[in-house]
Amino acid sequence: MGLPEYFEWLRHDYTIRTITLGTAVMGIVCGMLGSFAVLRKQSLLGDAISHASLPGIVLAFIITGLKDPLVLFTGAVISGIAGTVMISAITGKTHLKSDTALGIVLSIFFGFGMLLLTLIQKLPNANQAGLDKFLFGQAATLMVKDVLLMSAVGTLALFCLIFFWKEFKILAFDAQYAQTQGFNIKMLDVLLTTLIVLAIVLGLQTVGVVLMSAMLLAPAAAARQWTNKLGTMLVLASIFGAFAGVAGTAISASAVRISTGPVIVIVVVLIVAVSFVFAPERGLLFRYIRQWKNRMNLRTHKLLLLMYDIASSHADFTHPHSLNILKPMEGYRYKLKEMKSMGWIHYDNHTWHLTTEGYVMAKELNENVTKR
Amino acid sequence: MTSAQLEIQAIAVIVAIACAIPGTFLVLRKMSMISDAISHSILPGIVLGFFLVQDLSSPFLVLLAAFTGVLTVVLVEMVYKTGLVKEDTAIGLVFPALFSLGVILISRFADDIHLDTDAVLLGEIAFAPFDRLFFRQTNLGPKSLYVMGAILMVTLTLLFLFFKELKISTFDQELAASLGFSPVIVHYVLMSVTSITTVGAFNAVGAILVVALMIVPAAAAYLLTENLRKMILLAVLFGVFSALAGYWIAHLLDASISGSMASLLGILFIMVLAFAPGKGLLAVMARHGRQKREFSLFTFLLHLQNHANDSSSADERKVGHLTGHFNWKKKQADRIFSQALKNNMITVDNQLVEITPKGGLFIAETLGTAPHSTAI
Repeated sequence: MGLPEYFEWLRHDYTIRTITLGTAVMGIVCGMLGSFAVLRKQSLLGDAISHASLPGIVLAFIITGLKDPLVLFTGAVISGIAGTVMISAITGKTHLKSDTALGIVLSIFFGFGMLLLTLIQKLPNANQAGLDKFLFGQAATLMVKDVLLMSAVGTLALFCLIFFWKEFKILAFDAQYAQTQGFNIKMLDVLLTTLIVLAIVLGLQTVGVVLMSAMLLAPAAAARQWTNKLGTMLVLASIFGAFAGVAGTAISASAVRISTGPVIVIVVVLIVAVSFVFAPERGLLFRYIRQWKNRMNLRTHKLLLLMYDIASSHADFTHPHSLNILKPMEGYRYKLKEMKSMGWIHYDNHTWHLTTEGYVMAKELNENVTKR
Repeated sequence: MTSAQLEIQAIAVIVAIACAIPGTFLVLRKMSMISDAISHSILPGIVLGFFLVQDLSSPFLVLLAAFTGVLTVVLVEMVYKTGLVKEDTAIGLVFPALFSLGVILISRFADDIHLDTDAVLLGEIAFAPFDRLFFRQTNLGPKSLYVMGAILMVTLTLLFLFFKELKISTFDQELAASLGFSPVIVHYVLMSVTSITTVGAFNAVGAILVVALMIVPAAAAYLLTENLRKMILLAVLFGVFSALAGYWIAHLLDASISGSMASLLGILFIMVLAFAPGKGLLAVMARHGRQKREFSLFTFLLHLQNHANDSSSADERKVGHLTGHFNWKKKQADRIFSQALKNNMITVDNQLVEITPKGGLFIAETLGTAPHSTAI
């Protein structure tokens, strides 16, 4: 199946439409809440939480015997929150740093989850098959009720964001200031972290435990490059997330045997790469161009200053001087053309002299330089 | 105990020791998550190596995959140095991308290679004894025992030869540089050892549980000691314990050995976290409580001293007034009051509280103004 057929299918095929919708919703929610995670320097929280939710999923199944998305979702959220509590206990009360806390929670929760998973695989009840789809994600297993749950949680998160917009914004950028203004930092922090946990857990079924962290932080990291405004960043991150979800689904549906999760991650990382290079202001390309321009301007100014020194040695600054004097300056011939087009100098094959305009310009520059 | 069981335990112990040593330095250098990144991003290296040699425990594959691990570190540093994102974001971008590439490679060529993503991520040490090393038809034992043994030997040699360099560059990079050995080289050697160990161990315990074996024993040891040698020894001890006990628990439950090892490490860490003397949660909470009580007592006595011999403000020393004055809860106020009374720091006379010389001495000692104060 090629891409055109994919879009044909999208119009007619119920399953593909569901999956596409699901990955899009997942991308939007992750982009939206991931922005806060990135701004609060909690990028790797997603990695730890997604791993930490595994035992919750398995335990929820063991206790209820059901594979209902809501049941598994609840289990994942509870164990994800337990993970965040343990992380904050370790970083808050001991001298261990946050990277160690993340590594500990990530690996021991996941190990415990694996232990439980291998335990229930021995059970005679074959119903447990498919729980391991949470490891790597399987978008193909998305069903309407999954998408409904995702949309419900997404809407809830959106309402929370709108309602607490000012509070979250101030919390993300200056938590101490928020505290002095009388906001209940602890409550807001718990709420925001819970929302982030919800977003992480939401994406597990689609991209899996291992790759979830990229889904959370990459759209936000990309969006950050294009804007300095939080609102714009959230909208952009949501768009990037949704685009990655849909494009990933389309690509993996049109190729043979490529799971959706990794493709979504590759797409979103490519978006980050493009943003790093091409974003105006922050992007590497424009930064390079800006540096190059600055360097060029600096050279022009250097040459102009030299000319000013030479011209000042003569009573009449329009007195022509030999071009040979300028030879030590690198690339001076280009600069001469440039300066002539600016109307700063006149020159012929052997001599040059400053114009009035050029002299005024050079004098100003000289004063600025000597002042410093 | 069968010989296969012995071999599995031997491999588990060697893996645990080989992980605990670089893990200690990762924890001290605040680079724990790098081990997570490396453990994931070696996947494409393993897949490519497997295409070429068709053998998961070949030294060539180990080196190729370890190279991918070091490449991850370099990539993370490159992304971070652009200044566009924070270091943790850089880590979080690089390793999922590389891991995705690995998964796609596996799923695309699943028919050609007998390699399962689950196997890489989760490992199965129980199968390790089946892959044996032969020399002229002589059975020399499981291959991974040799691979991990060699890796451990290299790690130990480097540790003993360069212990001083490692120690100084971990705690004081500037000092290391001024003494003439480059912290950058030490950094990359450590990263290489971490990568090689991760690759060697993934076969046995899986990529994610390598992280558990590296970080958790070291973190638990760090809560118990501040001496580097002791920390390494403790971390190794914890690792070996979890390897052996984890094996037998998994054997009893008939469950994943690596999962059981990690769960045991988790329990061990939580115990240390709770009960570590001086740095555990309980000790910290007890200390905070004691400091709070001492401070309350100090405030209370200081208040009394300020209003001592002051008949105009005798109200300030009335028993009932004090509770209201400090805005303390009744229970807290009663406790402080009875503590002061029991220690003869105050006397009560006709509902008026009076500070004793002993109480005055306590204030002076706390302020550090007492003539024979031990505080400096």
